[in-house]
Formats: sequence, C-alpha cells, structure tokens
Amino acid sequence: MDFAWTIVALVALMALSWRFLGAYMVAVYETRVHFLGFVERPIYRLIGTAPGREQTWKRYATSLLVFSCVFLLVDYLIFRVQGSLFLDPQHLGAVPPALSWNTAVSFVTNTNWQNYAGETTMSYFSQMGALMVQQFVSAAVGIAVAITLVRGFARKGSPTIGNFWVDTVRGCLYVLLPIAFVFGIVFVGQGAVQTLAGPAHVRDALNGVTQTIPRGPAGFMETIKQLGTNGGGFFNANGADPFENPTGLTNLLSIALLLCIPVALTYVFGKMVGALRQGVAVLAAMTIIFGAWTAFTSYAEHQPNPAVAAAGVMHQPTGNMEGKEVRFGDTQSALYDVASTQTSTGSVDGSNDSYNPIGGFGLLTGMMLGEVSPGGVGSGLYTILLFAILAVFIGGLMIGRTPEYLGKKIQAREVKLAGLGILVMPITVLVLTAIAVSIHAGRAGPLNAGPHGFTEILYAFTSQANNNGSAFAGLTGNHAFYNVTGGIAMLMGRFAIIVPTLALAGTLAAKNVVPASAGTFRTDNTMFVGLLIAVILIVGGLTFFPAVALGPIVEQLSHGRFFGVSLAHLAALALPHGIAHWKAVL
Amino acid sequence: MTGAVDAVDGAGVPVSANPNPPNPRGVAGQRSLFDPEILRYAGIEAVKKLDPRVQVKNPVMFIVLIGTIVTFSESIAHPTLFSWSITAWLFLTVLFANFAEAMAEGRGKAQADTLRRMRSETAARRLGAGGEETRVLASELARGDLVVCEAGDLIPSDGEIVEGVASVDESAITGESAPVIRESGGDRSAVTGGTKVLSDRIVVRITAERGKTFMDRMIALVEGANRQKTPNEVALTILLSVLTIVFIPVVVALRPFGHYAGATVSVVVLVALLVCLIPTTIGALLSAIGIAGMDRLVQRNVLAMSGRAVEAAGDVQTLLLDKTGTITLGNRMAHAFYPAGHHTEEEVADAAQLASLADETPEGRSIVVLAKERFGIRERELTGSHEFVPFSASTRMSGLDVADRQIRKGAAEAVRRWVTEHGGAIPEGLDDIVGSIARQGATPLVVADGPDILGVVELKDVVKEGIRERFAEMRAAGIRTVMITGDNPLTAAAIAQEAGVDDFLAEATPETKLELIKAEQEGGRLVAMTGDGTNDAPALAQADVGVAMNTGTTAAKEAGNMVDLDSNPTKLITIVEIGKQLLITRGSLTTFSIANDVAKYFAIIPALFVATYPQLNSLNIMKLHSPTSAVLAAVIFNALVIIALIPLALRGVRWRPSGAQAILRRNVWIYGVGGVIVPFVGIKLIDLFLTAVHWY
Repeated sequence: MDFAWTIVALVALMALSWRFLGAYMVAVYETRVHFLGFVERPIYRLIGTAPGREQTWKRYATSLLVFSCVFLLVDYLIFRVQGSLFLDPQHLGAVPPALSWNTAVSFVTNTNWQNYAGETTMSYFSQMGALMVQQFVSAAVGIAVAITLVRGFARKGSPTIGNFWVDTVRGCLYVLLPIAFVFGIVFVGQGAVQTLAGPAHVRDALNGVTQTIPRGPAGFMETIKQLGTNGGGFFNANGADPFENPTGLTNLLSIALLLCIPVALTYVFGKMVGALRQGVAVLAAMTIIFGAWTAFTSYAEHQPNPAVAAAGVMHQPTGNMEGKEVRFGDTQSALYDVASTQTSTGSVDGSNDSYNPIGGFGLLTGMMLGEVSPGGVGSGLYTILLFAILAVFIGGLMIGRTPEYLGKKIQAREVKLAGLGILVMPITVLVLTAIAVSIHAGRAGPLNAGPHGFTEILYAFTSQANNNGSAFAGLTGNHAFYNVTGGIAMLMGRFAIIVPTLALAGTLAAKNVVPASAGTFRTDNTMFVGLLIAVILIVGGLTFFPAVALGPIVEQLSHGRFFGVSLAHLAALALPHGIAHWKAVL
Repeated sequence: MTGAVDAVDGAGVPVSANPNPPNPRGVAGQRSLFDPEILRYAGIEAVKKLDPRVQVKNPVMFIVLIGTIVTFSESIAHPTLFSWSITAWLFLTVLFANFAEAMAEGRGKAQADTLRRMRSETAARRLGAGGEETRVLASELARGDLVVCEAGDLIPSDGEIVEGVASVDESAITGESAPVIRESGGDRSAVTGGTKVLSDRIVVRITAERGKTFMDRMIALVEGANRQKTPNEVALTILLSVLTIVFIPVVVALRPFGHYAGATVSVVVLVALLVCLIPTTIGALLSAIGIAGMDRLVQRNVLAMSGRAVEAAGDVQTLLLDKTGTITLGNRMAHAFYPAGHHTEEEVADAAQLASLADETPEGRSIVVLAKERFGIRERELTGSHEFVPFSASTRMSGLDVADRQIRKGAAEAVRRWVTEHGGAIPEGLDDIVGSIARQGATPLVVADGPDILGVVELKDVVKEGIRERFAEMRAAGIRTVMITGDNPLTAAAIAQEAGVDDFLAEATPETKLELIKAEQEGGRLVAMTGDGTNDAPALAQADVGVAMNTGTTAAKEAGNMVDLDSNPTKLITIVEIGKQLLITRGSLTTFSIANDVAKYFAIIPALFVATYPQLNSLNIMKLHSPTSAVLAAVIFNALVIIALIPLALRGVRWRPSGAQAILRRNVWIYGVGGVIVPFVGIKLIDLFLTAVHWY
C-alpha cells in the first residue's frame, strides 16, 4: 500500500514539474527570466563573452570541451594537493594520481562513479569546491546540449545553435541553484547533516571505545546530487546513509528530484518546437520503459533471495532484504535504484550487488538502453532524440518519403551523427569489458567468480560509459587498471556523444522545414511511441544480449528459476490455466 | 515470353534492314521476373561480382566475404563437416547478394541491348552549304549539320526540323505504333535518332553531339552505366554500416567473455553469428531495389535521368498538372442544348447537328453525337445543293447553307452580330443563358437559323473518368494537386471544382508557373510537373521532378529530369507512386532484416554456451536439435531469405494511396512483427530438415 502511495505521489510530483518546471525552463533558455541579472552579467564579463552573440555548433562544442578540460585539470589538482588546502579537519592526505584522474573525470562527466569512500578520502574543500561545483556545472552542460538539439529542431535556416556560456550559466543560476537550495533546506530540516565542524567523537560506554562519526556539509550536496542526476554522495553508503537520506520523505524527494528535470525537458522540447504533443510522445516512451523496468525489478526483489533460501530460510515475506536498507524495504529500494539507474544518477539506497540476479538484470539493462528513460539531465533527452531520429528514418522510409522529424529531413548526415552517438556507448562497454576479463589486472577486480563476477565487471563499465555512476559493488575499482579504463569509459560516454549531438543540432538548425501533410510520418502518436520504444529495446537488446546472457541471465538460470518458478513450470501453469480461463469465458 | 525475347533473336541485324522494329513495345518491353535469359546472365555476373573491388562498395556484404575467407581458412586448419557447411553457406550468401543485384541489372541490360540494335550504322544524307547532298555515316555527323530525310529513311541522329513536315514512326522508342506528326517551328519540331520517316521530306538540323544522342543516353540509363548512389541510399548505407560496425565488438567480445566463463568459442560460430546479425538481407538487396525502381519506370515508358529524381518523386508534395490531357479529355464536348425564345430544345439540337455535319473537329462531332443521343436525330446525308461554311478566325462561326436556310453556330458575340446584320432580333433571355453557361466554366455556342436565334449549345470540358477519385487518393497521401490552365479564372475554377483538385493556376504563363514552383519550394515542398514546350523549360528545370513529354522540344527534354516516352501527363501520378514504392521497399526490408536478429540470437547464443552453462538451454526456445544444427540452420535461413526476397525487391512493396498512418501500420505488422516471427519458423524448419536428412 505504501508503495502504491509512493507511486501516486511521484506521478503527481512529476506532472507538476513537467508542466511548471518545464515552462519555467523554456523561459530560462529563451532568456525571458532575468531576476538574477546582477549575478549573471558580471559572470559574462569575467568569461569575456557577449551574451547576445550566438555560436555555431563548432564554436559551441569547442567552448564546451575547453570548459570541461579546464575543470578536469583544476579538480585533479585540488585532489592532489587537498592536504595543503583548507577545510580538511580530518587531515586527509593527497588523493593518489589514478584515483584523482578517475574522480575528476567522473564528476566532470556527470557520472559520479566513486572509486573512493567520501568520508575517508575527500576533504571538505574537495567535496564542496571540486565535487559539488561539478555537480552543478556538469548538469548545466548536459541540459545546455539538450537545449541546442531542441533549438536545432525548432529553428529554420539558422547558422547558430546558442551560446554555450549563456546556456550553462543560466542553467546553473536559474534552474539548478534555486531548486537545490530550497530542497537542501528541506533535507537538512529532515536531519541530513550540514556542518563544517569535522567528525564527531563519541564515547561508546558500552564497548569502552571512542567512535569517530564522520560528518560534513552533506545536506545541500545531497539535493544537487539528485537534481543534477549526479549521484555522487558525500558518504560511502550514499542514499542508504541516514545522514544523507534521513527519512521516508527525503527518500521520496530524492526520487522526485532526480526525475524532475529529465521529465520537464520533454515539455521544453515540445514547447520549443511548437507542438507539445511531440514532447508528450517522447515522455510516453520514457515512461513506458521506466514503468516496465520498475515493475519488473520491484517484482524481482519482492521474490525471496535464492541464496538465503538455499541456506534454509524458505520463508522471506519481505522479499530479498539482503543488502537493503531496512528503513525502505524491497520495493521502495527497487524504485529508488531503478530511478537512479535510468536517470544516469547512480545514487543508491541499497546494495545492487545483493539484488536477486534478475533484479540486478533490471538495473543493468536499464542503463544498457542508453539512459533514456528518462535519462540524465539533458543527456536523457538528447540521447532519446538520437534514437528517435533512427526510428523516424526507418519508419519514415516505410511510408515512402524521405524521412523527416519535426519537418527536418533526416538524410545521410543526420543518420551518420545519430548512429555515431548511439554506437559509442555499447562499443565502449563491450571493448573495455572484453579487455578487463582478458587481463590479470581486470580479472583481479571482481569479488565473485563466475557469472556474478562477470556481471560486476560488465556493470562497472556499463555504469561508467553511460555516465551513471552507480556501482554494483563487489568490484574493487580503486586500482590503476579500473581507474584509468573507467576514466576512458566515462569520457567516451560523455563527449563522444555530445560532439555528434552538437553537430546534429547545427545541421538541423541550418535546414529548411518541410510542412506537414497527410503523407507526413507522424511523431506524436501511439504508433511512433511504440516504434521509438522498439528501436531503443532492439538496439540495446541486440548489442547486449550475449553479454547479459552470460551474466545475470545465466546466474538466474543457475538457480533454475526466473522469479522463483522455473520457466517450464511457469509455462505448464499458464497453459492449463489459460485454457480453463477461456472455457469459463465461453 | 513477350516480344522482347523475340528481339534477342534478331541480334546484330541493323534496323534499316529490318522493316519492323524489333521490339513492338519499345523500351517498355516487359519481361517475366524469371526470364531465363536474365537468370543466366545474373548467374554469370554473380560470380564475376566476387571481385573484392566490387564487394568493397557494399560494406555489409564485404564483411560477409571476409567472414567467408576466415571460416575457409579455419576449415582448412580444422576441417569438420560443420565448418565446411558454414563456409559453403556463407559463400552462397555472398553469391546470392551478387545474384540479386545482377538480376536487377540484367533486366536493364536486356533492354539496353534491344535499344542498341536500333542504333545501327545508318547512312545519312548530309546537306552541303550549296544544297548538294553527300552520303555519310550517321556517326560522322556533327552538331549543326543539316540532313535530309525522306519517306522510309531512318532519322540518323537527334535534331530539329528546320524545313518541312512529316509523319514519323517513333515506335522504336515509345512502342506506340501510331505515327506522329513532326513539323518545323513550334513545339513539335524535335526528332529523335533511330525513328523512321513515314511520309514527306524534312530537313533536320542535328542537335546532338556524337555519342550523346537521346538513344545513347537512354541506353546508358537503362543499363545503369553511370549509376550513382542516391541520397537516401547513401543514408541507408550509413545506417547499415552502423548496424554492421556495432556487431563486430558484440561478436568479437564473446571470445574473451566465453574464455572468462571457461568456454572455448569457435571462430567459425562467431563468424556465423556476426553474419547472421549484420543486416545482410537489406545489404544484399539494397542496390537491386534501386535498380529495379528505375526499371519499373522504364517499363512504364518513363526514363529517369537519375535515381535522385526517382527518389524525389516519392517526396513530392505538390503536383502541377496541365488541365488538358491530364484532368480533362483533350477537347470540349457538347453537354446540353438550351432553347431561346419560343423554340424547343429539339429544334436547337436539329439545327446544331446540321451546322456541325461537316465539322470534323471533336467539338463538332460531339454535337452530332449529342443530338442523336438526346433526340434520336440521325446524322443525315444531305441531298440537293448545299454549302458548308467553314470556321474562320474572322467570322468565328461555322455552318451550312442548305436550300433557303442559313444555319450558323458560333461565339455568342459573332452570331449576335450576324443575326442583327440579317435583320433578326435577339430573343429575350439569351444573355442569361449565355452568361450562366460561361459562369459554370463552359463555352456557349449560339445557334441561329437565318435571322432567328434558336438557342445555345453548351460545350463543356469533360473531366476524365476516375480522375476525381485519383486526386482524392493523392490528398489522402498528403499530395496537393494544382491544375495549370490557360483558361480564365472562372472556367478554371469550375473545372477545378469538378475535378476535385486542391488548387488551380488560371491564365497560366511560363512565368507564373515558374513563380508558383518557387513559392511551393520556398515553403519546403517538393514539386513535380510535366511540360513539353520550350517555354516550359525553366519551370521543368526548377521543379524537383520535371517530366518532359517525348513529343516536346529538345529544350524541354533537356530541362526536365525525366522523359515520358508516351507523352501522357497523367503519368506523373504513376511516377510519384513508383518513387514512394522504392523508399517503402527499402524501409520495409531494413525493418525485416533487423527484426530477424531476434530469432537468430535465440538460435545461436544457447548453442554457443550451452556446453559451459547447460542451464542456457532454456533460451533454446525453438528446441533446436543440437548446437551445430542450430548455428547452421540460422546461417542457411539467413542466406535463403535473400533469394526468397529477390522478387519482392524487384517488384517493390505495394503502395496504395492512403494516409501515412495506414501504410506505416501495415508495413510495421508485415515486416516488423512478421520479421520477428518468420525466422523462428524458418530456422526451426531448416533444423528439422537437417536433422531428418541426418546431416548430423
């Protein structure tokens, strides 16, 4: 019942953010909101950009890459010298080079993969000055890229796609900062810690020891961690840590925060291209995938843990509680983790490694679809639009016209760029996983042998190449091999998709618009939603089926059963039941 | 077999020695899809096309070829029945793809051969500056030369008549046996090399460079000599390359993945899996689809100058259609009789018929016919003295003087004047009748008997039967039809209304036509039109699809990107359909190809790893006999499906004019959902067969 109310509340919150946050974001990116002009203008002067001057896609991409490179370098340096900087009450020393590289890449790419435990590795300054700053700006960059693609569709014969500096600054100032601030207060009010006072030392009289309880400025970081679909928590336990996620309310708000911008962006898309239905169609595809995966994974986790059952505990009324936070239980945790894996957030409130194999399959495959349901801030929208272009191309041909999406003809260049954007992720994941399972350094990583160990490696690269950042755990990632290759996966998954996307935005913006007619392939109806979902599932399925078959599927089958009953048994059950049912009907 | 095959027997016989054109149907010579001649040609070409330089142009099939080489060397190193079977079937896959392309090309080649025999070494009579004639070979003619052609001569090269008029048999090109009239000056002055003068004498100025005659171009076109990938083909090839590239790491990674799991994955099986996953079906048929699309146009006597034009035809959103000949039957026809004053309808009919007896124009004949139909007034033989008064531009009347009667029919103004001059009165209500007929877009002909006005004949443009429905279909398919006419707006509006076109351009001039096209294009629409006159040339060139009538001038033919040999403007609609069909065929087979992968995975993945993880056998939902039979069945299915789909690729997926949604739904069900189901059945059947014959 609880779960049902959670869903109702979530749907209501999403509807509100779709309509109102969406409309507000349209105003922000069409530069109709100016209440923070006094902060905004000096920033432009500092950067040296003329806010009125727009950039071609090449200039836009160059600005974006330079901006990200600079932050990559700055963050790396901060981690390396944090011991000599201020705000380090625990006197944590310099972060090792490989880990610094991995972490800097991780936060600049909006991944927030953490090969470290926050409370024992990062000083308060590193947490606030490097990590948290990136949680804002990397999210703003993602949204900016999505906005350029939307502009590409909305504009006609335009050589420019916007101004990177303006889009990024406005995204931070008007969208991310205010929301994160307001909800930060709620989180702190609910009991999330927010202090610079350093760890607390508690005398445990019972055991006669002194405990050190790590604290820090975690509350506000928590909200931007979710809002920006970053996922990098202050503490190692992430969303399962009561200092980060203290109550049921914050758990619900966390889910709402990480979903709200990706969802609202579909409104922005529809509104800016002048047809809300187009945005609704994209949202519908996202929602259906999300809903299916949530139902699947929640159901899977509601099943008994086979390993625990094998140990003799047959009766597990609360489902698989291994690795779950008891405050949230099986279905709430599954909902949180599905939302987090499908938004490229990657925060967790339970241990993914301890999911039933088929539940872990739900989390893993959610990412393998390319993080589009609804995906990360910005990245979700632009990635699903790449899929939409492919869907339009194939579907459009089937009606006998040069395919067009929103009046823009989809031709060789568009197919090339969209194809490139979609290819990068699966190739990166498969190649790096293949390398990892082939060499000693890679094989040393996973905690488990066999299919589960394989899943741990596959999950790590899938998570990083999708800029998700959730860890399956069980994989010792803080080694040179995983730090370096993980960094490569994250960079590929981010920039090798962003650059083709920007090029696509540029090409589309320059195109003329074909007026719609009865012969036009419609992209705002059920048929298209179905086609879009089919393309996403088929691309994801065809590329990852063999890998997944060797991981979670074979692991689940090793228990001889899917969902606690064997397939054969299920078929045997379903068949007579179906016949009986029809007999009753007739 | 049709006439085209007979033509093959006449190989090498010059046309001049052959009084009958070898192919009574012109280039449209239709062949069965499985003409043995073409099959033989395709079989030979399929082997020739194994040349890696040819293969590399098709990335998908090139990968298959490389895969075949890999399994081949593997089979030599570790020979097993399985590895040799796989190698053989992979090789067949490549051959089948070559065969599909060669089949499509073969049809064009056969047509080109037929044409080539017509372009024989004709002798020409070149006219010197002083008027003297020299006999030269046609191939020696240069542009600007004057040649004389008389009855029985073949016109040696393309040109324009500068002197004379002749009837010409153009069946060599059009397949139409009725001769056409060609005369100097105006829009009917162009003649084509290889056609035959039937009567009279003409002087022709050669307009084509050597080797660049219409016939030469036609041969090159149907043969596909300069075939280039069209924009959509390029885009689709990129998509197919993407779908090929992505499967390489998918398959290659399986080796280390398998190794990690403790399984040895055979290279042969991996290659088999790769070939099954990459879109070989559409990759193999893609170029055949394009060639066949051009071929379908040729079969309807339309020559497209480029594949690009055919593709554009599918995208057309606005059709500019000439009223006369396309929307209406060429001529106005008598539609009704209206009596004036105290006269009856029958009197009008009788007089009008009398006045038209000698009038051989279609309008005149239609009056005679209408009078007969309505009142049973038979065409009579006039006895006694009578005199026909022919129509002249100055009197604007025609009629008959018989006995003491002077019957006239003509334009209202002219007859009025004539009646007034003869002392007659204008009956009351005549102006109303004339006015209302004109307002409906028809033409009133006033009939008078001496000074007495009897009434009015209404001549109407007759809209072709079924054309209204045709336009409704076009509308449903999202194509706007615009009628082009020289008529005044009133007449045009009435006909437009009756024919059901979406819009019309009245009092059209070449300039207004061009403006209309530009306006449509600025709105992002693609425009198709037909034209034949020299003054149509700019508009033909501007239109995205410009279909020049073969009867038209050289300028028009050069400006357009298609030529209709039948000179039938209604063909435009067919051209659009063929363009759409081409794209639909590509899209549907791509969908089919991708959808097929699902079943192949379920065949091969369990087979690959079942030795290591026996529990994966529950993914073997087809219950295939053994891992080897599963893999081989998938590969065989993959190869055979190419052959099975060749007829579809060549004929094209059917297109019926309807809304985009209906077409999409239909094709998604057939090729998408069907594409998922069919291979499950196919692979299972092949597996059963392999087991039954104890291949394993």
